[in-house]
Amino acid sequence: MTYLVLIIGFLLLVLIGAAIYAVYQRDLLYAVIATGIISLVLTALFYILQAPDVALTEAAIGVALTTIIFIITIKNTVRFEDESDKNNQQKPKTE
Amino acid sequence: MKKTIVILLLAAFGYFLAITFLDPDFEKDRNRNGVKNVYLEKTVSELKTANTVTAIVVNFRGFDTLGEVTVLFLAASALGSILFKKRHHVGERSITLPASSIVSTGAKLLFPAIILLGVYVFVHGHLTPGGGFQGGTIIATGFLLMLISYRNFSISHNILSVIESLAGILFVVIGLMGFINGGTFLQNFMPTGTLNNLFSGGIIPIIYILVGFKVATELTGLIYTILHEKG
Amino acid sequence: MNIENIEIIRIGVYATSILLILIGLYAVLTKKSLIKIIIGLSIIDGGIHLLLIGIGYIKNGTAPIFSPGFENASAQMVDPVPQALVLTAIVIGFGVTAVALALIIRLYRHHNTLKIDEIKNLKW
Repeated sequence: MTYLVLIIGFLLLVLIGAAIYAVYQRDLLYAVIATGIISLVLTALFYILQAPDVALTEAAIGVALTTIIFIITIKNTVRFEDESDKNNQQKPKTE
Repeated sequence: MKKTIVILLLAAFGYFLAITFLDPDFEKDRNRNGVKNVYLEKTVSELKTANTVTAIVVNFRGFDTLGEVTVLFLAASALGSILFKKRHHVGERSITLPASSIVSTGAKLLFPAIILLGVYVFVHGHLTPGGGFQGGTIIATGFLLMLISYRNFSISHNILSVIESLAGILFVVIGLMGFINGGTFLQNFMPTGTLNNLFSGGIIPIIYILVGFKVATELTGLIYTILHEKG
Repeated sequence: MNIENIEIIRIGVYATSILLILIGLYAVLTKKSLIKIIIGLSIIDGGIHLLLIGIGYIKNGTAPIFSPGFENASAQMVDPVPQALVLTAIVIGFGVTAVALALIIRLYRHHNTLKIDEIKNLKW
């Protein structure tokens, strides 16, 4: 039972760390990967908290589909949060 | 200045959330008057379904699920109409996510296994963890893998919409059959069988299989649309 | 040690989910980039789901699935109602996120920027 408390505490710390990183990171691609990590940790937590149905859903939707759809949007638009360093981007827009 | 105001507001909001949920009496009140025990008993005695979450989603709150599937359909059609303007043909996209040969070979190998896993999950939704929503999203993940590894992988929109509409209509028809036979919408009218058999639970497996088809086609169409939009 | 483990788990899960909700709200209220706002919304989503699942957890609970030979074990099972609610809420949350991102793509094609200060149509 004590191991359970330690594992849950570690996962909760990772959760808060990933959330703060996702908010403060200026490169949106890294922020999206951080939200993927949040979903992954949430999946493990749901499994530990005895909700396997919810864990399956979160694994398929949160980790795969949401991350990919964010990445498609970033590829279609801009990658950085403040667009003043637009020339900083990997691939400059070719008209 | 703005950030200070926001942080003050959030601190007040967080304080009220904390005194609500961190109160030790919160747990006791809820456990005494909950509906949990009624649902658990009825699931195992009347419906003969092993998975209680499935029984709640499909039977006790089946009308909710119908509305929720409708919301998902509305989201898919709203996305289609927002990105409607111009659309790429198969094989040309405005964004390319280049896939190496390892990814494309592995995708080809994994695709049937992912589809099989999805079908297993929603067929056994009343016995093991899983069900229509989970299986549908797993199948959509498989199609997503093929779409991002092969540029000219195509899915017919007509077939997708036919499957989706058929699944939705059959859901409503089964609900109305319960209305005719038993008295209320989505009432169980089939023999329930014995607990922990594949053919048990009355109409619950049928409805969850329909929900699985509907969710899978809707999410696949949604991703296909957003990948092929043209500026 | 007169605090039980279940109390630690309960308070930890509640506090973390409240913190997640507050972090997401902070991002929604202060950030300028539209994609950052949607990221904040999905963080709020995760916090609310964790809060609901945490409410349903009980001491030494098992998953609400009956297996052969354990038909009378319902006293030890966690609450299935929040799980059913969260299950559907996750799928709906994905639909909402997808529609919001489609709107963002359209806005970018029209205005060529994602900063909410420069998109004048949103002001009145």
